[in-house]
Amino acid sequence: MRLTIDHRTTYRFTAPQGRVVQLLRMTPRDTHDQTVAEWNIAVDCDARLRQHRDGFGNLTTMLYAEGPLDAIEITVVGEVVTSSSSGVLHGTFEPLPAPLFLRTTPPTHAEAALTAFARETTADRTPIAALHALNAALHERFAVVDGRPEPGLTATAAFVRDAVTTRDMAQMFIAAARAIGVPARYVTGYCDALPNGRPTPHGWADAWVDGLGWIGFDPTLGLSPEEHHVRVAVALDAAGCSPVAGSRLGEGRECLDVEVQVSGQA
Amino acid sequence: MGTAPFDEIMGAGDADGARPELRELCGWLTDTPDGELRRRQQSAETTFRQLGITFAVYGESEASERIIPFDIVPRVFLADEWARLSEGLVQRVEAINAFLVDIYGEQRILKEGVLPADLILGNAQFRPEIAGIRPPHDVWAHICGIDLVRTGPDDFFVLEDNARTPSGVSYMLENREAMVRLCPELFAKFRVAAVDSYPDRLLETMRSVAPRGCGGRPTCVVLTPGHYNSAYYEHSFLADSMGVELVEAADLVVDDDVVYMRTIEGRVRVDVIYRRVDDDFLDPLVFRPDSMLGVPGLIAAYAAGNVAIINAPGNGIADDKAIYSYMPEIVKFYSGSEARLPNVETYRCREPEALRYVLDHLDELVVKLVDGSGGYGMLVGPTASKAEVERFRAALIAQPERYIAQPTLALSTVPTLVEQGVAPRHVDFRPFVLSGAKGVQVVPGGLTRVALREGSLVVNSSQGGGTKDSFVLMAEQGTMTQSMSGIGGGMTQTLRGGML
Repeated sequence: MRLTIDHRTTYRFTAPQGRVVQLLRMTPRDTHDQTVAEWNIAVDCDARLRQHRDGFGNLTTMLYAEGPLDAIEITVVGEVVTSSSSGVLHGTFEPLPAPLFLRTTPPTHAEAALTAFARETTADRTPIAALHALNAALHERFAVVDGRPEPGLTATAAFVRDAVTTRDMAQMFIAAARAIGVPARYVTGYCDALPNGRPTPHGWADAWVDGLGWIGFDPTLGLSPEEHHVRVAVALDAAGCSPVAGSRLGEGRECLDVEVQVSGQA
Repeated sequence: MGTAPFDEIMGAGDADGARPELRELCGWLTDTPDGELRRRQQSAETTFRQLGITFAVYGESEASERIIPFDIVPRVFLADEWARLSEGLVQRVEAINAFLVDIYGEQRILKEGVLPADLILGNAQFRPEIAGIRPPHDVWAHICGIDLVRTGPDDFFVLEDNARTPSGVSYMLENREAMVRLCPELFAKFRVAAVDSYPDRLLETMRSVAPRGCGGRPTCVVLTPGHYNSAYYEHSFLADSMGVELVEAADLVVDDDVVYMRTIEGRVRVDVIYRRVDDDFLDPLVFRPDSMLGVPGLIAAYAAGNVAIINAPGNGIADDKAIYSYMPEIVKFYSGSEARLPNVETYRCREPEALRYVLDHLDELVVKLVDGSGGYGMLVGPTASKAEVERFRAALIAQPERYIAQPTLALSTVPTLVEQGVAPRHVDFRPFVLSGAKGVQVVPGGLTRVALREGSLVVNSSQGGGTKDSFVLMAEQGTMTQSMSGIGGGMTQTLRGGML
């Protein structure tokens, strides 16, 4: 499948900024099932961009822009060719051992109710069946709402709600998987098969199964990612691989606008 | 604890008195009236107060800026004792560095099963964010303060490896200055290795690890969290004595992966940063996003090889108390030989058998929080109240993995001026070890901390500890050290990778 992606991120500032420094995690890598045919990051002001690779193996870009800046727009345009292998990842760049992803972080720490849910859902199943069951159970239990995720909402806090965002779905999956001893991590990327609503940057999870390796699970869809997904970055939680980590030097507030178009052709 | 502890000046406490090499010091102590010693001690403390060498006591609301008490009676290391100790320190610090290179790189030590992988991978001090980064010249632990205790002439044990931002070196220097001023006769009697070249040595170390290609004279700075930090005096003291800028995060900017310092003449490129801020507050884009103290882009500049950060981010994994108990294995793995400096025997409470032993012997052991410091979260069994012991018992049962335990050692004592006169008090020792591109060196001196309360084994300044000057005696002419006029007098230096 050929996926065309157009991802615009705009920050508008209520007062001019002296400098903006941002860390962008916006560049996908090639894997066995994902070939990046074209990829370009453009900024609408005079900015210096530097390519890096972070500790998780993600391709990152440092953006340095001098003010005065009233706004900054980052445009990512690209084309990725994907194939399907039932969610099992092949050929991803893995600099860190899987057990690192057993580590919990504040947003992905499972407290009693979520841990109990994870245990009940997965009891007496093989590891792979357990993870599919967890994925399906989360998918059935929650309505997925559009819109921006609530800052700082933890997996445990999301678990008592009825409707959550895709980020919360993925973080609950991760917290639950770790609670039953399975390494799991957050994945950011794009998907052209999201139910209703406008496309957004998407988030799902990878979980580690001995003998198989990393396997993708998308609790928003209740499926494992197939050729409709483009992986961009991974980390311990959503904040660790968010597309933009930024800092600015200046007064006032910022207003963020994100627009994503993803279109797929078989 | 039964027998009398080793006294570093008086020896094993036998009737003959002082150790032969230190009879003269003993004589000085007897000949100088207590009142005179006290007068000199007060003079030193007055100077320290004027200089502002204070520290903050956590948990105290008012009047919390204190000076650390200074004791006028020095602690002395003989030349051959020091030579042996230095070899052990160099070996230890080389191993710490090799460990950091490996653990953030290939992880051979995990692949070969020498350390349990979860001990590293599950430890918050292992920072995946910086995995794969190679610091300039592969040096990570530029400044180590290795905390030691002693039980006999050549019996030293490592208590703690401080490989993050060890403090205390300003006490080594200020204490020496006070001693030279107040007790000049001691320096006439003994050939004491100089410590005042430390700032030059530190600057030389910093310059040696400057990124390649930064030209002949790298720009070095000291990065402080600010004047409210309890060690601010030391930060400004070190910057001053090295003749480099003392900066705060707001003085630094990163542009195009290069670090600059803002000055009135414009931006000046910075090549080496001696940071005295924790990893969490280095770069808000990579570590804590809520940090106002950091420099956005610093880690990118570091990853690009454009700046050296001293000590390297991520070092906490090397001096973590949970890792400590594996240091003998770590030293052996990287150096190929047994550790010359042993650890204090350590029970890892995460292991059920060790936990059982610890719970059965709480009144004999020292129990420590794996992630505690400064003497907080610590139980000293033999001197603790019943209630304290029971509180720790409950805590250990609830979260055993958070604790380690060690036997209480018969720590050495040094005569110390107390209210009743001169009396033995327990001490520990923090020597400072510098690692640069050209090798590892041990500064001939260090910070001696003394527990001022009779019988107390807790030397932390927050718990009523004081400091002493630490003399390292130089060998007789013609043996191994240079004369005092030589810049490197008494420094032990090995070449990286060399066999010395």
